Amino acid sequence: MALKLPIYLDHNATTPLDKRVLEAMMPYLTTDFGNAASRNHAFGWKAEAAVENAREQTAGLIGATAKDIVFTSGATESNNLAIKGAAEMYREKGNHIITDLIEHKAVIDPCKRLEQAGFQVTWLKPDRFGVVSAEQVAEAVTDKTILISIMAANNEIGTLNPVAAIGAVAKQRGVLFHCDATQAVGKIPMDVEAMGIDLMSLSAHKIYGPKGIGCLYVRRKGPRVRLTCQMDGGGHERGMRSGTLNVPGIVGLGAACVICRCEMADEAPRLTGLRDRLHQTIAAGLDYVFLNGHPTQRLPNTVNLSFAYVEGEALMMKMKDVAVSSGSACTSASLEPSYVLRAIGVSDELAHSSIRFGVGRFTTGEEVDYAAAAVVRGVNELRELSPLYEQARENRRSQAKA
Amino acid sequence: MPYSDKVMDHFTNPRNVGSLDKNALDVGTGIVGAPECGDVMKLQIQVDSDGRIVDAKFKTFGCGSAIAASSLATEWLKGRTVQQATELRNSDIANELSLPPVKIHCSVLAEDAVKAAIEDWKRKNARSDASTGQMEETKRT
Ligand SMILES: Cc1ncc(COP(=O)(O)O)c(C=O)c1O
Repeated sequence: MALKLPIYLDHNATTPLDKRVLEAMMPYLTTDFGNAASRNHAFGWKAEAAVENAREQTAGLIGATAKDIVFTSGATESNNLAIKGAAEMYREKGNHIITDLIEHKAVIDPCKRLEQAGFQVTWLKPDRFGVVSAEQVAEAVTDKTILISIMAANNEIGTLNPVAAIGAVAKQRGVLFHCDATQAVGKIPMDVEAMGIDLMSLSAHKIYGPKGIGCLYVRRKGPRVRLTCQMDGGGHERGMRSGTLNVPGIVGLGAACVICRCEMADEAPRLTGLRDRLHQTIAAGLDYVFLNGHPTQRLPNTVNLSFAYVEGEALMMKMKDVAVSSGSACTSASLEPSYVLRAIGVSDELAHSSIRFGVGRFTTGEEVDYAAAAVVRGVNELRELSPLYEQARENRRSQAKA
Repeated sequence: MPYSDKVMDHFTNPRNVGSLDKNALDVGTGIVGAPECGDVMKLQIQVDSDGRIVDAKFKTFGCGSAIAASSLATEWLKGRTVQQATELRNSDIANELSLPPVKIHCSVLAEDAVKAAIEDWKRKNARSDASTGQMEETKRT
């Protein structure tokens, strides 16, 4: 079968909608359009039943009970609700929050806003693989700490944090633990009970569901977590998130969660195989390739590589049939390279040379091989253009002579 | 980010890629930018005894627009006099390539590279012919 171009290897940015998810959603986009809050007619009942079913399905993927799920517009909103909502609610108890330097902006920016409002934020520095340890978290806790917010898996490098160990620290010290699990959910097992998580964000579009829908897990027992709502209105979602429910989106999230729960055990090793095949094929064809992130404690689908002497955006232009993303400044408006790579000690030069590859549910071995070949070709062509590569080669030659 | 056809053209078929002998007296070399900032351009000119640029070469580490800007600059330099080359402005490059505002710095870098190459050539040739007094002048700059 002919390869269909372009090839999508940017599954950490978003994923295509699984056809089975679309099928589940279709009735709620067409005939069953009711408002889940309409208590007095069949349209409303049907919508409400669909929402409650999806709530069970979503909870089922993360070891929660249905009542703990608060639907939101996605992980950005969930993170905002968790962090600002907890900070405002527990302000009397303390004003200290612990997070780290390589969180998604949707955690960093709410924490920065709280800093401006007088909260103290400790920004933990991860190790060179991107891991935040439970010991670091434990050391940072004070009697004023009200919230720990540490992600399960990093979106740029895929590194996994020791979530259960951090959860244990939080429990022991009586501090709430929020975990942005947007990248981890559906790819690795996440269990709010086993991991001691009190608040957890996830998003449907990262797990083959629709965009614009996600949820926040909010623990109701042991302890009961309360949040100040960030959206005032009709009091939907236990008063934590007002607004008419996005019924088709919610149904899609539920369906996506069911598929992940059933298929994760098969899918994860398959993704790991494709990921490593991509990495190995590239590494076999090129010198000066560096892995960013943890060699083993990593999402099954993610590999972030730096190709020394080649700029990331130029490399993406070279392989225009392969969709990936780069930590190079040229891909952002800020002209600064990735803050994540910087924080784990990658030099700016290598950060500019980084590419993130994310394989997904529908990625084939053939696609991976095509992409690997495109990378090798592109890097070789750009190195022929690179004054830095020329210099490195000259240095090597004169070193060899000496 | 969508690229203009001209950027794509220079990026896919870069003109005048390569290196001239940087120790040769008739060659001027300019290296500008910094790897930490994501762009380094090396641009070289070869100048004949009449002060005309007979060859130009470049190597660039940088994004597609940086590569296109340096490629275009070398194309433009060939056949011109050194005097004409000093008149090249970054806005000429930016306009020709339809660079968006965030990429203007690529054209600035190309102008800097051209200037640096000319300076280098002048310095070398002043040194070899110190009696003209040109050396004093270039040293100050
Ligand atoms: C770790 C992480 N958190 C939060 C988000 C934001 O998610 P959403 O697009 O659902 O707002 C993303 C996605 O970009 C992410 O990767």
